[in-house]
Amino acid sequence: MAQDAEITTIEGLASPEGELHPLQAAFVERDALQCGYCTPGQICSAAAMLDEAAAGWPSAASASLTGPVTLDPAEIRERMSGNLCRCGAYVNILAAIADVYRETP
Amino acid sequence: VRPFGYLVPPDPAAAIAAVTGRPGAAFLAGGTNLVDLMKLGVAAPDLLVDVTGLLPGRIEPVPGGGLRIGAGVRNSDLGADPRVRAGFPVLAQAVLAGASGQLRNMATVGGNLLQRTRCLYFQDVTKPCNKRAPGSGCPARAGDHRNLAILGGSPQCVATHPVPGTPSSTRRTGPPTYGRCPRSSPGGRSDRSTRRRRWPCRACSP
Repeated sequence: MAQDAEITTIEGLASPEGELHPLQAAFVERDALQCGYCTPGQICSAAAMLDEAAAGWPSAASASLTGPVTLDPAEIRERMSGNLCRCGAYVNILAAIADVYRETP
Repeated sequence: VRPFGYLVPPDPAAAIAAVTGRPGAAFLAGGTNLVDLMKLGVAAPDLLVDVTGLLPGRIEPVPGGGLRIGAGVRNSDLGADPRVRAGFPVLAQAVLAGASGQLRNMATVGGNLLQRTRCLYFQDVTKPCNKRAPGSGCPARAGDHRNLAILGGSPQCVATHPVPGTPSSTRRTGPPTYGRCPRSSPGGRSDRSTRRRRWPCRACSP
């Protein structure tokens, strides 16, 4: 089903020297986890979601299908929907992603 | 899930040969419907024939202003395609309103057309269902049926087909996580048969 696909896991996001990916650093800074079970998926989804938004992909929360994408909180919630966190760290996950989005050139 | 075989045929002819005369065989692409049904016990194929690599995966313009969409195109790619967004916005909106990003990444257009009904009773093997077990009855007629047929149903079945773009399919069916859980709102459902299907929020955590 995903034969020969290129896959980046959470282990592939940090630099080989061990410097955290901006999303990893933001999750630490914002305390965006409790047990950590969902964190690899949350961060990988966020990384892909930021790339998709930068490429202009709309979501169900977008005002326009063809306009530029601005990731407001509603957009981030919609695009991260499906990533479940039973600890309920959603508020801080949202803040961490918004931090990285704001700092992305 | 019952044990099953898994086959990746090299070409379409081999895929067809693999299922010919084998009623227990099923084609597999994104797996977002079939695998769910296997976990639920609704489907129990003895052989999965993975056709992911064989399906056409391109969106091409055709004379007259239309688009030909390959059966293997992923829902994510369909919803993001600039030609679909600009020329067929209802289709893009319908796809983006369905499921979550991870599911859209896996789900294929062909699988969307071929998926089974999302009727809760069809998906619950502890309940009667004329579609799954003909003659056993249809609890949906008196039960949880707000996703089901208003027009075109019958006394035997009110299941709808969940193809994107049909009214019953454009309502979000994935578990609400960052949004509001329907059960946390006044009038939210708590029917036993739906409890398993709606992800618990703080208000309805078991």
